[in-house]
Amino acid sequence: MGAMRRIDVSESANVSVVRFKDQKIIDPEAIQELGQELFDLVEKEDRKKLVLNFSNVEFLSSAALGKLITFEKKSKRRDAELILTNISPEIYQVFAITNLDKLFQIKDSEADALLFCRRSFLFADG
Amino acid sequence: MSSNTTPRVIRCALPSSLAAYHDFIQQVLELLGEAQWQTADLFGVHMALEESINNAIRHGNKEDPAKLVHVECQISEDRFWAKICDEGEGYDPKAVPDCCSPENLEVPGGRGLTLICAYMTSVKYSECGKCLTLEKIRTPSPKAD
Repeated sequence: MGAMRRIDVSESANVSVVRFKDQKIIDPEAIQELGQELFDLVEKEDRKKLVLNFSNVEFLSSAALGKLITFEKKSKRRDAELILTNISPEIYQVFAITNLDKLFQIKDSEADALLFCRRSFLFADG
Repeated sequence: MSSNTTPRVIRCALPSSLAAYHDFIQQVLELLGEAQWQTADLFGVHMALEESINNAIRHGNKEDPAKLVHVECQISEDRFWAKICDEGEGYDPKAVPDCCSPENLEVPGGRGLTLICAYMTSVKYSECGKCLTLEKIRTPSPKAD
């Protein structure tokens, strides 16, 4: 996979941790690229556990929310688990206003999200 | 804080390009910052302007380069007011599906209007949906003990 312009991805015990490079996710071209880079993680690389860390994100538009919703659907279709984390109070309010706090699995911290992923992995293994 | 100060007025005719209005919004936010508006209110104004101008370009003008989006903002210490008009054919905002209902939760679009209404004190349509008027009354600062 080539260099990604909109996200950084690291691995932690079979979980892909994704960090956003842009503080403001509003530019239409950047949102398009962001969407494709996220989609590739589940569609081309077949990653099954993903944590999206929003610690760098200060602002995002409804167009960016739209890409996240599409990503959630693609992840579900591929049986991939998706958790959002480190969301600032301002950004969390955006999710709450649009009811997306009910669509996405959201954890306070990356550590909480990783713990949750590992527990569900153990549970799946019986 | 006085409510009698003359508002700063900023007007702009923006091209119908999704890449061409962010500097304008930044200019408005800087003026609000100079008027001592707090971060949470700036976030709300940013969201309302972003979504309303974006809607005017995409849904109103349908990104037609021959059409403009006309924006006027009035900024004072306790009130933000803006009127955003496109050159499209207008629409009925009541016809926009509720993005928050369970059946629409996974639909990627349609959240802009909900966000605008949530962050503004009042939102009004005129000119058959071609103009949108926004008003935000500044949130009072918590009083020091």
